[in-house]
This record gives sequence, structure tokens and C-alpha cells, in this order.
Amino acid sequence: MTTSITVEGLEVVFDRFRALKGVSLEVREGESYGLVGESGSGKSTLLRAITGLAPVASGTIIVNGKTLGKTRDKAFYRDVQMVFQDPYGSLHPRQTVDRLLQEPLAIHGIADGEKRIERALDEVGLGKGFRFRYAHQLSGGQRQRVAIARALILEPSILLLDEPTSALDASVQAEVLNLLEEVRRRRKLTFLMVSHDLAIITHMCERLMVMQNGQAVETLTASQLIGHRVSEDYTRNLLRASEGFVRV
Amino acid sequence: MSDTLLDVDDLRVTFPTRTGLVQAVRGVSFSLGRERLGIVGESGSGKSQTGRAIMGLTPPQAEVSAKKLAFDGIDLLSISPRERRALRGNRIAMILQDPKYSLDPVMTIGRQIVETLRTHEKVSKAEARERALAMLQAVQIRDPARVFDLYPHEVSGGMGQRAMIAMMLVTGPELMIADEPTSALDVTVQLDVLKILDKLVAERGMGLIFISHDLRLVSSFCDRVVVMYAGKVVEQIKASELRDAQHPYTRGLLNCMPRVGFERHPLPVLDRKPEWAA
Amino acid sequence: MSAETIQSRREWLLSDRPASRLQARLGRAYVAWRRFSANRLALVGMLIIIALLVVAAFADVLAPYSPTVGDLKNARLLPPGAAHWFGTDDLGRDIYSRIVYGARWTLYVVILVAIIAAPIGLLVGTIAGYAGGWTDTILMRITDIFLAFPKLVLALAFVAALGPGIENAVLAIAITSWPPYARIARAETLTVRNSDYIKAVQLMGASPFRIVLRHIMPLCISSLIIRVTLDMAGIILTAAGLGFLGLGAQPPLPEWGAMIASGRRFILDQWWVAAAPGAAILIVSLGFNLLGDGLRDALDPRSGDQ
Repeated sequence: MTTSITVEGLEVVFDRFRALKGVSLEVREGESYGLVGESGSGKSTLLRAITGLAPVASGTIIVNGKTLGKTRDKAFYRDVQMVFQDPYGSLHPRQTVDRLLQEPLAIHGIADGEKRIERALDEVGLGKGFRFRYAHQLSGGQRQRVAIARALILEPSILLLDEPTSALDASVQAEVLNLLEEVRRRRKLTFLMVSHDLAIITHMCERLMVMQNGQAVETLTASQLIGHRVSEDYTRNLLRASEGFVRV
Repeated sequence: MSDTLLDVDDLRVTFPTRTGLVQAVRGVSFSLGRERLGIVGESGSGKSQTGRAIMGLTPPQAEVSAKKLAFDGIDLLSISPRERRALRGNRIAMILQDPKYSLDPVMTIGRQIVETLRTHEKVSKAEARERALAMLQAVQIRDPARVFDLYPHEVSGGMGQRAMIAMMLVTGPELMIADEPTSALDVTVQLDVLKILDKLVAERGMGLIFISHDLRLVSSFCDRVVVMYAGKVVEQIKASELRDAQHPYTRGLLNCMPRVGFERHPLPVLDRKPEWAA
Repeated sequence: MSAETIQSRREWLLSDRPASRLQARLGRAYVAWRRFSANRLALVGMLIIIALLVVAAFADVLAPYSPTVGDLKNARLLPPGAAHWFGTDDLGRDIYSRIVYGARWTLYVVILVAIIAAPIGLLVGTIAGYAGGWTDTILMRITDIFLAFPKLVLALAFVAALGPGIENAVLAIAITSWPPYARIARAETLTVRNSDYIKAVQLMGASPFRIVLRHIMPLCISSLIIRVTLDMAGIILTAAGLGFLGLGAQPPLPEWGAMIASGRRFILDQWWVAAAPGAAILIVSLGFNLLGDGLRDALDPRSGDQ
């Protein structure tokens, strides 16, 4: 099996704050890989470093066999796309869904736009009726579906998901998670997913890395986690917390 | 649990909008003793507006009406705003989601607690300080004297929320309304804060209304759960009997969340029925 | 049109599910129009500006006399009356006709200044805001230099250098009025540049040029339109001031400011020579201000359901 994303000794420094302190991971092709941690663990920073949104101080990132430099070329963005956490902030307030979906096609000079837009909207379960709406005419779940459609329209092989459901209601979260699973199965995508919620990561991912303070705590398979076969106290704490409140 | 602390009957909150009147809360009734009651619902269910209406924090353009809204026998809708203010913070307290927005950023934590205490009780400065420190200790802040002199931006989210709880509890309220008190916190910190809240409520015999979107968390923490949908109560149930919930919405909410060790692909989703909102 | 078809058209415009690009756009415009027209004074302002446009367009028809050639023998400094509504000036020219033709020059100044200054400000501001770093520092210091001088003094200096004349006056006003627009555009850019929707476009592989032009500028334009409209009154006054000082429009051009200047000599005895163009400037300035206030309500991105 080939690897999709390899990260080695990645350091990210903002001003003088070290957000990532030498993190390494390997995501295989077609795999769904999770990053779990609390705020400040550096899990989102890792995603942003891969996309070029966070400044890499040292370390290497290899995506689909290509070592990434300081800048990313257009071809990179056809391979790697991202879905953001906040559906209210990730859609341009003055653009219709149609315009949002056309933009990536225009940037990459893709001709069969009409067909792709209709297909993408169908695929995320929105259909034609949503094509000419503005973001403020959509609910949170619908917005996140549009964001997913926008990420898929360039037909990437890797999707980076930054807490894609944490701003949604539980029932809408279930719908979006199901959609993501379905899309992944159909398009044979590789997922790298960030969440603070262990339950979501074990539901969505085969392997995962627990992070804390910009460092990896441990790497586990989902079944190891479900069977509580973990070696670090911190992971155990997270597991306990995910089971809800227990009165002593 | 015999004495009723709060009695809510047919509570309605109406907002005027450009397109007409919108009812955020449409006839909510429940009563509360010295117990922990959870109010659960998704965004737009009216759960927060219910809490705010009891607290008297409804925005001025909205209208609150009820057949009965009584706290310890006092009719909250007929008393003067001044009496209401005296009640608020003294006998009824509220904790909000994010301590960042509910603590005054230009006043030290200690001074905020002292001020809160002194507006409601006639105590000397020295005694107020004593009690504030004791309160900070009670919310398990390890070094109360140090935290006393810190500004809100100098402490972490979990610490800030503890300080907020300390400030709210220092006057010894009988009813506490907590609106998503732990949603902005990390999961591990979340449990610490809940533990503190749980202990204080039990020790002081307070009534607690815990408002949250997280049905599972609420049911593990509260004695009773009120489930709201579209401004109405669809089900009231004992937390221990939640597994036998009758309403499809309650069951759907319970089922649709992924859980560690319970694999379901795809996740069951809610099939919303219009008659639930009717 | 029956009440029902009006009703159904309104529903079509306000639809939550527009079926075409056109409907979405018209619907948005209609919502803005409803917000705008709810403000009575803004409608008054708009009427004044429309009237100004009409007067400028049909000046040939509306003006009974020539604006430049007067009857020196018979009609010097006549008071307002049936033959000359606003009286005549010292060269026997009909003041009403001169004001009607002057509307053209007022519009000429205002529109040219807006067309030159607003895009410069928008470009400088968005580029500075989006690029940050050195680019931002250099562009903003240049802006500060321009802002450091009073507008009229700076315009005077430019006109003195370029030579008097209405084209040079326009240029001078334009050069002095872009810095506030650059500041506004930069401030708007700073608030949106770190938003997820701009990051999302970056992750599409869009070039910085495309991001600024197609995603950031549209967000700055509404606050800029509001500001420019509110500045129109100031532009008219500056142009009038330059005209008054003899550095703007040159005689016999019927420019309102220059007209006041020439009326100054007999202001105590023949007050109408200066009062009529003064009133015209007042009314048009008021119109632009009212319109600007209305546009602020209608276009402000921070208000309403955006």
C-alpha cells in the first residue's frame, strides 16, 4: 500500500510560540486517519501546515510522493482539499452557491463546469434548488454540505477535515458524518480528520494519533482505542471524558 | 424534593421580527424542586430563551408571558424590575457558556466576586475577601490568593469558568441556571467543572437547571430531563429511564451520536416530523 | 397591473430558493431597495440627485438664454423677475440659465473625481491590507502623507503647479481625496483577510491578484460607495472653493463656485448673483448626503441578514 501523506519532524512556529514540536505521521492511500486532542494540541495547525496556511519552520511534508516546498502549486490543490470547522465563516457572504462552486473550476480552467456543479450538489444531497442561494439562506448543515461540495468539485484524492461537525447540532452532525463516509467510499478518498471528540474519530477513522501541546502522545488503531488498549494516561483520560459524567 | 422551588406553567417568549411575530418558546411547563433538571434541545429549540426568561434576561423587545412563573412562591412576572434585580444574583444565579464574555475584563477576578457579594449583602471588605477566597477554594482553585488578583484574560478557560461559578455561588443562591456551562471547555476540563458544580449543588441543596445540547452529558449529570423541540417540551423523563424514552425525537437524539465501542455505519439520523412542532 | 401580480412578483423576488442567477441577484437588489426606500429622507436625496441629472441632461431645453453670452446693454444686474427668474449678473447673463448649465459642470467634477479617486483608494487599500508587511507599510505611509495636509490646501498646491482650469481642479481634488478610501478599504480587507472563506479560496489555488479582485474588493465596495456618496458634497464644495479662488473653472464657464466668486463684489446690493448658485450648491450637497445616509442603511454589510 502506498502512502498518501508523510509528515516528518514537523515544526510550526508562530512568532515565538511553537505550535508543533516535531510531529511525524504517515497516512496510507485510501485510509481515514484521525487527529485527536484538546485546544492547543496543534491538531488543526498540522492540517494548516500541510495546506500551506501555517508557516513550517522545519521538517518535511510529502504528499502523493512529492516533497512540498515553501509554496504550493495549483496541482497540489487539485489533490488536496479542506473542509473548515465553522460553516458560518467558510462561505463568502456575497456569493451564491453557484458562484462558490464555479470559482475553483474557473481557477483551474475546467470546462465541464455545469455538469460538475450539478453532480457535486447532487452528491452532497442538496440538489438544484440550492444552486442560486446565498449563504445566509442556508442552515448550518446545508452550509457544510456546500463546503464539502466545493472541496469535492476539483476531484481531489485527499480531503482534510478540520472539525467539520463541531459547530452543528447532533442530528445534523450524524447526517454530515454519514455523507462524508459515503463520499469517501464512492470516491476512494483519503481522509485526514481533526476532532476533539474521540467518539467521532473512532467512528470515522481506522487509525488515529492523540496529540497534546504540539506533540504526538500516541498512535493507535481505532480497535485498540475501543478495546481500551492504550498506553498513555492522557489518552485514558480522554476516553473516560468521552463517556460522560460519572458521579462518584 | 417535595418543596417546589420553581413553577413554570405555559411560558411563552415572543420576538417581533421584520416578517412578524416569532415565538421562540411556545408554552413550556415544568416544575423544579431542589434537584438537577436538564433542559436539552438543538439550536432553535428555545432552551436558552427559557432559561433567560426565568432569569429575567429576555431582550427588551421580546415579550414574556406565562400562566404561572413563580420562584419560591414569588410571581416573577408581576414584581418590579428592582425586586427582580435583587432576586437575580442573590437567590437566582446564572452561568453562561463562555467565561470570556461574562467576566468583566478590566476587573480582577477577586474584586468581581467581592463586588457581587457586597451588592447583595452588607458585609465588611475584609469579610467579603475572606468569603471570596473560601469560594475560590471551594471551586478547587489550588492557589486562591494568587487567582484572586488575576484578570480574566490571565487565566485559562477552565479556570475562568470556575471563577464564574465561584462568583455566582458566593451569595448562596437557591436556584442556579447553567446555560451550556462547559461547551467552550476541553473535554477533560469539562468533567472537572461538572464535578465541582455537582458537589456544590448537592452540598448546598440548590436547585439546578442545566441547559445543554448534549443529551448524553445531561442525562449523566441530572436527575430529570426536559427535552425541547421547536419551542415546546416534547418529553419529560427521569434521567435513569432515558433508555425507555417514548418520543422519537428523544430517541433520535440519543442514537444519532457516535459512541466509542458502538459501531454503526451509517449513523441513524433524525427523521423530523412536522407534527412534533405542532 | 393587478394587486395579485404585484404580490407574486414580490414573492418571486424574495424567494428563499431562487431558480436562476438573475433571480438571486434581483432578489438581493430588491431587499436592499426595500431597506433604502424605508428611509424617507434618502428618497428625497435620491430625488434631488435625479433632478440634477435631468437638469444636466436637458440643459439645452430648460435654459431660456445662453449661459455665456449676456445682454450687456439692457440686462445688467436685473433682480429676479418674470423674464429672468433668478435675475442677471454683471455681464447681463441670465443666472437661471447659468445654473442649469452649471449642473453639467458640477456633475462633471463629481463623477470624474469619484471615478478617479475611488478605484485608486480601493486598489491601494485592498493591496496594502491583503499583502501586509512592507507593501502595507509603504502604501500606508504614502497615504498618511496625503492625509497630513488639509484637503483644500493640498488641492490648491496641485492646481498652482498644474495651472488653473476645471480639468486640473478635478485632478487635484481626485489626488487629495483617495487616501480616506484607501484607509476604509484597508480596514475592511483586514477584517476579512483571515476569514475562512478567503482561506478556502486560497486553498483552491487562486492567485493573490484574483483573491483581491474577485473576493475582497466586492466586500469593500459597499462601504466605499457609501463613503464616496457622503463625500460628494465635500467634493462639490472643494470644487466651488477652487472656483471661488479663481483656480478652478475659468470664466465664462458657468461653474457654481466661480459664479459665487464673481457675485461677491455686489453681494450687498445685488444679493441674488451669489445667492442663487449658493442655494444650488446647498441643495445638491444635501441631496448627496441624504442619499449617502440611505445607502448606508441599504448596503451596510454589517446590518441585516447577511
